[in-house]
Amino acid sequence: MSESVSTESNSPESQHALQGEIAALIVAALNLEISPEDIQPDAPLYGDGLGLDSIDILEVALVVSKQFGFSLRADSADNTRIFSSLTELTRHVAANRTK
Amino acid sequence: MPTLPLLVHGHLDATVAWRGGVAISVGQFLREVESLAAQLPPGRHVLNLCGNRYRFMVALAACLVSGRVSLLPPNHTAEMVRQMQRLAPDVFCIRDQDACDVDLPGFRFQDAGTQASGAPSIPQIPHDQVAALVFTSGSTGEPTPHRKRWGSLVRNVQAEAARLSIGPAHALVGTVPAQHMYGLETTVLLPLQCGAALHEGNPFYPDDICTALGQLPRPRVLATSPFHLRALLAAQDVLPAADLVLSATAPLSAQLAAEAERRFGCPLLEIYGCTETGQLATRRTTAGAAWQTFPDIRLRHEGETVWAEGGHIDAPIRLNDVIEPIASRPGHFLLHGRHADLVNIAGKRTSLAYLNYQLNAIPGVEDGVFLLPPDDAEALESVRRLVALVVAPRLTPAALMHALRECIDPIFLPRPLLFVDALPRNATGKLPHPQALLASLRAHSAQGLQA
Repeated sequence: MSESVSTESNSPESQHALQGEIAALIVAALNLEISPEDIQPDAPLYGDGLGLDSIDILEVALVVSKQFGFSLRADSADNTRIFSSLTELTRHVAANRTK
Repeated sequence: MPTLPLLVHGHLDATVAWRGGVAISVGQFLREVESLAAQLPPGRHVLNLCGNRYRFMVALAACLVSGRVSLLPPNHTAEMVRQMQRLAPDVFCIRDQDACDVDLPGFRFQDAGTQASGAPSIPQIPHDQVAALVFTSGSTGEPTPHRKRWGSLVRNVQAEAARLSIGPAHALVGTVPAQHMYGLETTVLLPLQCGAALHEGNPFYPDDICTALGQLPRPRVLATSPFHLRALLAAQDVLPAADLVLSATAPLSAQLAAEAERRFGCPLLEIYGCTETGQLATRRTTAGAAWQTFPDIRLRHEGETVWAEGGHIDAPIRLNDVIEPIASRPGHFLLHGRHADLVNIAGKRTSLAYLNYQLNAIPGVEDGVFLLPPDDAEALESVRRLVALVVAPRLTPAALMHALRECIDPIFLPRPLLFVDALPRNATGKLPHPQALLASLRAHSAQGLQA
């Protein structure tokens, strides 16, 4: 996994890199038969978009917490919003990561 | 007419629930039940969609005291909701969120204040009142209803409380929805019928589960599933102490059970049952593979078929599991998995026949079949996904997935969904054994089968 993403910078370039990193994590964690670039940044991650379900969401939560050093919680932020798209998830990770 | 009380807490000041660290008394709970029951629309059938476990309990109790029947379908897909409506045209849903995917007349649950006064009396519910209709997915596409009478539900969870030694001192947090049998029985009815208290939440993420557990006084109980337990142990370095961990919906491996017992510092008990029968047996997984039935329950073998009877069960019910009695230990048995047609994915159950029916009912599907890939020796708790082969030359994969999503639980959606020119059916229309079929597919896909 990439360790090149700076925790300091919120520049568009670093957001883009982080987005790619998270897309790769999702694809690897769930054994999806697509490449990370195939995930539409603004399409829903579950339901009719990427088609993830609650099992997948918990898997993604596990790898995200390990990789970025924070835990996802349902009470602090709306679970549905965080996983509403890759862009939203990236935003949430950028705002909460500790590593 | 014989009746049984809604709850067995000794007095109105006893705690029946914990909301954000605040104890809710029996008296307050009963006033909320009374108030809600008076506001409900006239329909006699209810889909209780409350995600907050306390509100679910208030809504369930309001239905019970007003003679309404709670419907518990296996999922809330658009097709399932339509089926509920056909079965009970007066059905309405009770929800505690503004957003709602379910297309039914709705009643929005608002938390009642504590304005009502006076000492409420503890409601008595007729023994033979139908409290709930729970459904299993039949093979014809129509869900099969199973009647749950109040007396039977009470007797079942009282046997559970006795077996698990849970009583008025206990507080319980559940990670499973109250809308399915295990969650209904263990996280809502069990506390009501043994004088214990429930936590209002239905925590999902590991961090949230730990927080909820930490908010409860001891002795405290965690009611969970193998799927949540695996995530919890993998994600958290430090777990709050518990006094009992319960697991159901799918078998747990001995390794995971041992790790859970070590890290929570308490016993872990597994519960065995199904939608049709309710709970039948328990085991302490670390003590061995054998299950022990509840005292009055008998499992009767008739050749390959096993019937559950006695105890809370009114008429014998056929089990869908392969069960081996242990001759030297009456009341004990080994569980060897489900009959071939049944699938259990992350604790949710359905049959391949049901899925195949739904797939083939989609306009544009000429032929199609769901397959369960063989186990690849991973831990029991890892999630296996279904594969579907489909002949549908005029449909796009996205359109077919959309149609499937309308009628089957997302957990059972195929991964992958493979489009083929034809299925290798023999003269009688039978397909090769799933393993052979999958093997031949892999051989084909190496040559460029379009997935």
